[in-house]
Amino acid sequence: MRLFLAIWAVLLALPSHALEVFATVPEWAALVKEIGGDKVNVFAATHGMQDPHRVEARPSLIAKARRAELVVATGAELEVGWLPIVLREAGNPRIQPGQPGYFEAAGFVRMLDVPARLDRAAGDVHAAGNPHVQTDPRNILKIGEALAERLAALDQANAGAYRAGLAAFTAKWRAAMARWEKEAAILKGVPIVVQHRSWSYLVDWLGMKEVAALEPKPGVEPSAAHLARLVEQTAASRPRLVVRAAYDHPRPAEWYSAEAKIPIVVLPFTVGGDDAAKDLVSLFDLTIRRLSEPLR
Amino acid sequence: MQRRTLWLAATLAATAPAAHADELSALREEVAQLKKSYAERIAALEAQISRLTPAEPMPVKTGGGTPSATGFNPEISLILQGQAKRMKDVPERGITGFWAPGGHDHDGPEKRGLSLEHSELVVAANIDPNFRGHLNVALLDGQAEVEEAWFQTLGLGNGLKLKGGRFLSGIGYLNEQHAHAWDFADAPLMTKALFGEHYAQDGLQLKWVAPTDLFIELGAEAGRGAGFPGTDRNKNGSGAGSVFGHVGGDWGPSSAWRAGLSYLATRAQARSGHFEDGDPAGPNEVEGQFSGKSRTWIADFVWKWAPDGNARSSGFKFQAEYFRRTEDGTLACAADAAALPGSPCIGHPLGAYRSRQSGFYAQGIWRFAPAWRVGYRYDRLDSGRLTADLLDDGVLDGATGALAAYAPKRHSVMADWSPSEFSRLRLQFARDKSMLGVTDDQWTLQYIMSLGSHGAHSF
Repeated sequence: MRLFLAIWAVLLALPSHALEVFATVPEWAALVKEIGGDKVNVFAATHGMQDPHRVEARPSLIAKARRAELVVATGAELEVGWLPIVLREAGNPRIQPGQPGYFEAAGFVRMLDVPARLDRAAGDVHAAGNPHVQTDPRNILKIGEALAERLAALDQANAGAYRAGLAAFTAKWRAAMARWEKEAAILKGVPIVVQHRSWSYLVDWLGMKEVAALEPKPGVEPSAAHLARLVEQTAASRPRLVVRAAYDHPRPAEWYSAEAKIPIVVLPFTVGGDDAAKDLVSLFDLTIRRLSEPLR
Repeated sequence: MQRRTLWLAATLAATAPAAHADELSALREEVAQLKKSYAERIAALEAQISRLTPAEPMPVKTGGGTPSATGFNPEISLILQGQAKRMKDVPERGITGFWAPGGHDHDGPEKRGLSLEHSELVVAANIDPNFRGHLNVALLDGQAEVEEAWFQTLGLGNGLKLKGGRFLSGIGYLNEQHAHAWDFADAPLMTKALFGEHYAQDGLQLKWVAPTDLFIELGAEAGRGAGFPGTDRNKNGSGAGSVFGHVGGDWGPSSAWRAGLSYLATRAQARSGHFEDGDPAGPNEVEGQFSGKSRTWIADFVWKWAPDGNARSSGFKFQAEYFRRTEDGTLACAADAAALPGSPCIGHPLGAYRSRQSGFYAQGIWRFAPAWRVGYRYDRLDSGRLTADLLDDGVLDGATGALAAYAPKRHSVMADWSPSEFSRLRLQFARDKSMLGVTDDQWTLQYIMSLGSHGAHSF
């Protein structure tokens, strides 16, 4: 009882209320921060060096979800291995799927790689399509618009601040996009090989050509024999780069790069995936620079 | 005539290139203009499309194709398990110094040679905005055992959750995990001695998560108490109660931990076990029955480490549990007077019984490649202090079976290979000294396969 009272005292002593947001991945935490500013208190459940597919339903996440007023998830089954447990264990009805306090980014963009046939024999496929939607800045803009609306609906007192935050972000983002598209013009039509199919949206935006993935099937580690075959198979399409995420196991890309004699590009994938990727703008600055540098 | 034709042909041949060139350039220009105007129109249309696109709401794709009533089908998953086991042929397996949870189980769940383990069928779904339902049935020849069948509230709020039905009790760490989620092919000796395989409650569970950054969870359960160490006692009200608390958090970005303390109180009425009597003419097998209180404390700790919290290709998990159990009541001895006229049990039906036992296990699992893990587990139990009138009076023999003083031990090592999250093959070796006077070297080759929507596992 004394503990309970002590907790209440601590809670009451907290300064003015900010909307508690639980983001599953750093990119949505960064986006909420851009739009919400000081009106939100954002927690990112994972950081940039973590594979978002392999996250554990850690006790600390349940504790954070317990107090959250809004959960911002990617959806499309990206978090299926841990988020349902965290949400159920938290005992917090506001953030259950279907409630206004549960936001799924994948619901607001056009999904790529939607499988025509659902079969686990095809590996770790996502029924709703490729969940790595944040690699296309046009998606960030669409998701940002929906997110600002949701924030405004949940925290009506600060609705104006969220709309203003969105307007400022949109202006900044559009200018940055024009810069990236200009800088990335040389990437148009460039054939690349990826380690995991994390980059479908980025490839689509920049007009690159994804020739092959090192993983034989999504989520399945490539064997040496598979990589050797792949080097032969992809030789004809002359890939210029092999791309992996910062959290990916380095060996497959290194092996392929050595055999096929093309450079590896390690992309941050999300905010915090590299020291230089501090926020969304620097994330894309770095991504474009890393991709275009070996081609200059 | 022929000459004129020739001349015409020659003239035509000479002028044709010039005429063609004019025509060609005109055509080229026309094509270029068409291209340009189409490009402009396409650009204008594309701009219009991109202007309109964000305005129209994107439907949330569920992947199930056209929405229909079948879209509401619950999440169904099936777990297939089987093994090949090589071990000694011991007629009545049981941990020396501890009661056999299943009463008297000759066959046991562990067979020598090739065998099929339980296949688990799991059906779960949100029932409505307020409740979630979950069913877990273990199937084996001629039997379907309901392991779990519960509902849980979704909307109670304030960190509260109420679960009702049959569920695996929240005491300890491993108890809530089904066999397919274990890191070894069998349960720790501690779990076997305490509950058999699991402690399941038919009843209610209330859990509360504190609104703090440190994970604090408190829970209480009230249930029928029919499972070992209690017995079904045909009474109104609750037959067993438990309380537990968990705390947990992160240590930096690479490691997470959870620690817990649990208490289970239940009662047994004529819980039977097989013993040998102290007949001077030679021991006879008689039945002993315990009635009284059984209380169990469990302390548990789990620590998981992975570089940067990325457990894909390397990671370590440490897990340990310790228990202490006190049983206080009477031990009765039952023998058939006609068949065993000389048994000292006859005429000595009842005596006081009190025992205090303890034990622990500790294990470490190391993932060294994306699909590969190895692990080591150490089990040790202590039959502890036992005072029983029937032993003091020489009615029962205290040198063998559940009443013997013994410290069972076991070392286990395992290696498993999981090409995906849904399949696992495991090889395990154990040196088992859980039976007095027997050193049993056990080899197990096991498969665990899960089909269907098998999603999240708890920490």
